[in-house]
Amino acid sequence: MTSISPWLVLTGLGAFHGVNPAMGWLFAVALGLHRGSRRIVVQSLIPIAIGHAVSIGLVAVVAVLLGLIVDQHVLETGAGIVLLGWAAYQALYGHRHRVRIGMTTGMVGLGLWSFLMATAHGAGLMLVPVVIPLCLSAMPGQQLTAAGSLPIALAAIATHMAAMLAVILVIAVSVYSWFGLSFLRRGWINFDYIWIAALTVTGLILIVR
Amino acid sequence: MATWQPDPSFYPSPRMAAKAPAEKVAYVAAFDPERKIPDAIAVVDVDPASSSYSQIIGQVDMPNAGDELHHFGWNACSSCLCPNAPHPHMERRYLIVPGLRSSRLHIIDTKPDPKNPKIIRVIEPEEIAEKAGYSRLHTIHCGPEGIYVNALGNAEGKAPGGIFLLDPNSFDVLGQWEMDRGPQKLAYDFWWHLGHDTMITSEWGTPDTFENGLVPEILLGSKYGRRLHFWDLHKRKHLQEIDLGEEYQLVFELRPAHNPTKAYGFVGCVISLKDLSASIWTWYRDGDKWGVKKIIEIPAEPADPELLPPVLKGFGAVAPLVTDIDLSMDDRFLYVSCWGTGDMIQYDVSDPFNPKETGRVRIGGIVSRATHPKAKNGALNGGPQMVEISRDGKRVYFTNSLYGPIDPQFYPEGVEGWMVKLDAGDNGGIKFDEKFFVDWPRSHRPHQVRLEGGDCSSDSYCYP
Repeated sequence: MTSISPWLVLTGLGAFHGVNPAMGWLFAVALGLHRGSRRIVVQSLIPIAIGHAVSIGLVAVVAVLLGLIVDQHVLETGAGIVLLGWAAYQALYGHRHRVRIGMTTGMVGLGLWSFLMATAHGAGLMLVPVVIPLCLSAMPGQQLTAAGSLPIALAAIATHMAAMLAVILVIAVSVYSWFGLSFLRRGWINFDYIWIAALTVTGLILIVR
Repeated sequence: MATWQPDPSFYPSPRMAAKAPAEKVAYVAAFDPERKIPDAIAVVDVDPASSSYSQIIGQVDMPNAGDELHHFGWNACSSCLCPNAPHPHMERRYLIVPGLRSSRLHIIDTKPDPKNPKIIRVIEPEEIAEKAGYSRLHTIHCGPEGIYVNALGNAEGKAPGGIFLLDPNSFDVLGQWEMDRGPQKLAYDFWWHLGHDTMITSEWGTPDTFENGLVPEILLGSKYGRRLHFWDLHKRKHLQEIDLGEEYQLVFELRPAHNPTKAYGFVGCVISLKDLSASIWTWYRDGDKWGVKKIIEIPAEPADPELLPPVLKGFGAVAPLVTDIDLSMDDRFLYVSCWGTGDMIQYDVSDPFNPKETGRVRIGGIVSRATHPKAKNGALNGGPQMVEISRDGKRVYFTNSLYGPIDPQFYPEGVEGWMVKLDAGDNGGIKFDEKFFVDWPRSHRPHQVRLEGGDCSSDSYCYP
């Protein structure tokens, strides 16, 4: 932890995931509109955040544990290939999936939905290039251990989630209370394009580095 | 195919959609009842400022004859903006046009020139039978999992009819929609309440009971459809069946409220075996079940048997035959086509259990043969049938043919096609636009109308 920049990147990616309507704030607004309650809007963000956190957490933990047994360079190249594959899959078949959760969902269903959306979009994978060096660079004179790395991984996830939660809270409440949804008609730019580009760039960084 | 911004014709809510600009062209399915000339999708100019207003200005012919084009729909619509399954970066561009008789599916591109659409893909019935197990394709809706197509028969043309999915990008047949169909056998129409995760389907009959016309023994024996089915839209599972009762036959068009928070809708029943009346029913959420209530009964009109077709002579009355209904975007006005008597009736259904008639016009009709100011021959046949409302609710279009083999049962001299337009007042009331009358070319008969950019039966919404 010699530099602050990985934490800034994690915060930035949290904000980026939060801004994307497909990651949950729009669902929270819709549920609030259906049930006529701002409280529902805010409440819905909790399972959405938990689902997202579990998804990226699983990826981070797997990456860190793999890092303890596999050479870091091999791990990074492998992760890069997975990211490129994920980007290709998103580009080709991203639209083709079962819809399992609808507008009558409860909070558990919403958490499951958020987990599935984050996982399918490769949200956790996008963090791998930051998480690997952050968690797997042993401090001078210290051994690289799970006990040393996992707390850093958890801090990374917490940072990411704090940024995402702040962003979805501000957007969801503002849209519900003041702005309304008409801006979606032109303002909902294609996050899938940006997302696929982000996955591809992340994958290439990992492979080339 | 993906775009940077959502299609400008997608609206989050029906309230926003009601402010959409007026349509300039309408697409109309037209079929040759002789099945000799290919059917077509005609492009009708509905822009009052245009010099070709009320004329057919373009047409795309199907590659085969005998499809019997009937209903059709768009590849994508406002439901793409739904928060649980968002895929808004698509174009409303392709018309999905099935042949009811042939089971062939045509994909028609309305860009770059909306007046000159082109067929880009044809899916043959064998492929649909193999991949989805269905035939006799009927209604199309764009929805959360892609393009939904329903079919009145299985691959062998028998029961059960059902629904299958098309990929909204590649148009590949993905397969049967139902995972648990319960007791459902017959099919006709389907739609949903996106806000309540519920699909509703209605019933006509199996292909062998209508492809040569309605069979009197089956009708009088109450063997045609008379049920509504309610499904879990996402689990794809049958939840509940409601039988309207033995006297009610042919339960057709389903019009759920556009406002996704509302859990009610309207369905038309063509005929009662007791007194030939037609009826409109409201389905509604009743605790954790669905219920129905008859809210409108339209009586048969006594008539001189001399003027009646053989099928009605013995009754001495004209059945109203409600064959289509349509609900305005604000869920306020319900339009009811009485194909037998020739009436188009407008009801205020603000209170869905207490409708009030607010307008009525008559054109055609088995006995009345009412005319239109712009019609040349002064005695029109056929009657109000497929009806479509503009998104702002100010214009209502309809055509006069029901179905090739059934047309001559009620109009024995044949149906001469026409399409007309009504102007609707802000607080009810309808009158003919005297400048709009399409005297349909005699080679074809017009059926469903779809309006450029969407209409009141094309889109569903996730936000109130």
